[in-house]
Amino acid sequence: MCSYILEKTKLHGSAKGPSGWMRVDTANVYYDHPYHAPLDHALAMDFICEADGARERVAVEISRESALDLIEAIKAALASGDAAHAIPVHTKMPRACATLVASENEVASLF
Amino acid sequence: MTYPGLIAETVAFQGHNGDKGEAYYARPTGMGKVPGVVMIHHLPGWDEWICEATRKLAHHGFAVITPHLYFREGPGSPDDVGARVRAAGGVADEQVIGDVKAAAAYLRAQPNSNGKIGTIGYCSGGRHAFLAACRAPELDALVDCWGGNVIVDDPKALNAKRPIAPIDLADKINCPILGLFGNDDENPTADQVNRTEAVLKKLGKDYTFHRYDGAGHAFFNTTRISYRPEQAADGWTKVFAFLHKHLG
Repeated sequence: MCSYILEKTKLHGSAKGPSGWMRVDTANVYYDHPYHAPLDHALAMDFICEADGARERVAVEISRESALDLIEAIKAALASGDAAHAIPVHTKMPRACATLVASENEVASLF
Repeated sequence: MTYPGLIAETVAFQGHNGDKGEAYYARPTGMGKVPGVVMIHHLPGWDEWICEATRKLAHHGFAVITPHLYFREGPGSPDDVGARVRAAGGVADEQVIGDVKAAAAYLRAQPNSNGKIGTIGYCSGGRHAFLAACRAPELDALVDCWGGNVIVDDPKALNAKRPIAPIDLADKINCPILGLFGNDDENPTADQVNRTEAVLKKLGKDYTFHRYDGAGHAFFNTTRISYRPEQAADGWTKVFAFLHKHLG
């Protein structure tokens, strides 16, 4: 398409990049001509850390069908994981990077 | 014909605003003065296929330079640099035009130059080539290979980096034009190709369009499932003939 259309979502986690493990805070997602995958169009995801300058990335280019399958696999994995860990499905987990600060008493009160 | 030997290498060139960048430069050996071509890569970036295409044109008797239009976002591998450029909304048209003009000047300054310079681009590079021909009167030939967004139907697609639809500058083109398109392409659609042709016809431009059935976007690209060998072979033959005719 050569559309320049790009979806951006903030996230919290790590990815293994060209220099080893790195924190990631953003995913750039787009559906366009890939760089490497032998496809006409591909769903591409770049996991980067904008806070660290976004100089490295973990990149994925997959077919549209693979992307839809991946979405379902992620949902299934989360559902089974939530069930295994007895997490209510309505519980909201932190989505973006956050720093949690608590006193010793506050931490102790959790147990 | 006897195919020439080649020299192909990455060279430094001064782009828009004198910025120092890199380009892939291939030229035949032992042929004396040859015409030059500035090749423009597609949106994903300065990739292996564009370097192959650079050598292919050189193999047919042209000195070809393909500037890395994203070099300012480096250092880094071309794919990573391309991803950064995409995340930033692409490169500005003005900058690309400056880089193409600078690349043309590089070719013209070489001792092997016959003084004639054309441009060819693929996909977004086809649009850039069209735009460069509008803004760089020193170019002697334009080949637009399925350039999308030459006609802009959605005004929201125009922004600070791409402020004007190239078709609105078409009256400035002073060189002959070759256009290659796949009839199954989504950008440009067959209707957009027809409308582009109608504008060029109305303006009295020297143009030749070829439309291919059974082909969509990027049908030259051997690394994609969109590759169509028969249409690509015919298209390349038309490119070589057109450039030899107009660049000598």
